[in-house]
Amino acid sequence: MKISVNNKETVTEARNIADLAVELELPSDGIAIAVDNKMVKRSEWENTTLEENAKVLIIKAACGG
Amino acid sequence: MEKLIIAGREFESRLFLGTGKFSSNELMQKAIEASGTEMVTLAMKRVELDDKQDDMLLHTLLPGIQLLPNTSGVRDAEEAVFAAQMAREAFGTNWLKLEIHPDPRYLLPDSTETLKATQMLVKEGFIVLPYCQADPTLCKHLEEAGAAAVMPLGAPIGTNKGLQTRDFLRIIIEQSNVPVVVDAGIGAPSHAAEAMEMGASACLVNTAIAVAGDPVAMSVAFKEAVIAGRRAYEAGLGAVSDSFTAEASSPLTAFLND
Repeated sequence: MKISVNNKETVTEARNIADLAVELELPSDGIAIAVDNKMVKRSEWENTTLEENAKVLIIKAACGG
Repeated sequence: MEKLIIAGREFESRLFLGTGKFSSNELMQKAIEASGTEMVTLAMKRVELDDKQDDMLLHTLLPGIQLLPNTSGVRDAEEAVFAAQMAREAFGTNWLKLEIHPDPRYLLPDSTETLKATQMLVKEGFIVLPYCQADPTLCKHLEEAGAAAVMPLGAPIGTNKGLQTRDFLRIIIEQSNVPVVVDAGIGAPSHAAEAMEMGASACLVNTAIAVAGDPVAMSVAFKEAVIAGRRAYEAGLGAVSDSFTAEASSPLTAFLND
């Protein structure tokens, strides 16, 4: 299925956020994920199914004042 | 020296450090350690999937350091709340530097949205430290909204111009019941010392340290300036004379004559 990850069109086999995190080899901490502009807690990753065309945002720390 | 307390947490150091603009993460970490700071800001960015760059977070997860994620990049209160939720999830802290500056030219905080976001975020359990205009009335409103501290600017972000807002900072400090952290514009240790002598609770410094010839040495200079300024404030500065004539500090009896 096609989804967008950080504004990049991506084809994924993942059915939920937990699978996607594995597929994308995301680090185990220091990140947060939102789907369609809603933050999804890590504890909810497995229960949050991905729909076609979902907009996934993944953020991490950056330097800043 | 009196300890700084924000939201029940004690801080020995009254110098907060920003992590932007350092030439490397290693240098940034050395500056953090040399400064003695216990509060370090960080921002957020999108993960680039093919980018295996050094993770800056590892250089800030140091003993005794409170992370203070910021909301840089948001344009209004609604986006700020979303950013705050992402930060809390990613970094495991409910401390937040709220900053809403939609105009990239001046980076001046939007007071209306900042106040609105503070009200919303406090309700969601965040410890909110809003970066704000040096506006005494606004700072009172932020305090009433539940801000854990207020962080008025000395001058626009990154300008190193010092306390251009000093008269308003004085009023804010005088009437505030929450800690006042002077943020933005502090460009030299003397500016930080001046803010502390005025009674500011802390200073947040980034650019002045990060772009210095020797950022680690500069972070020590700021550390010492903040301590000196605070000590002077606690010691009680002497009154400034409004006369044009001198006031002798040595006896004027002419002991060489007669």
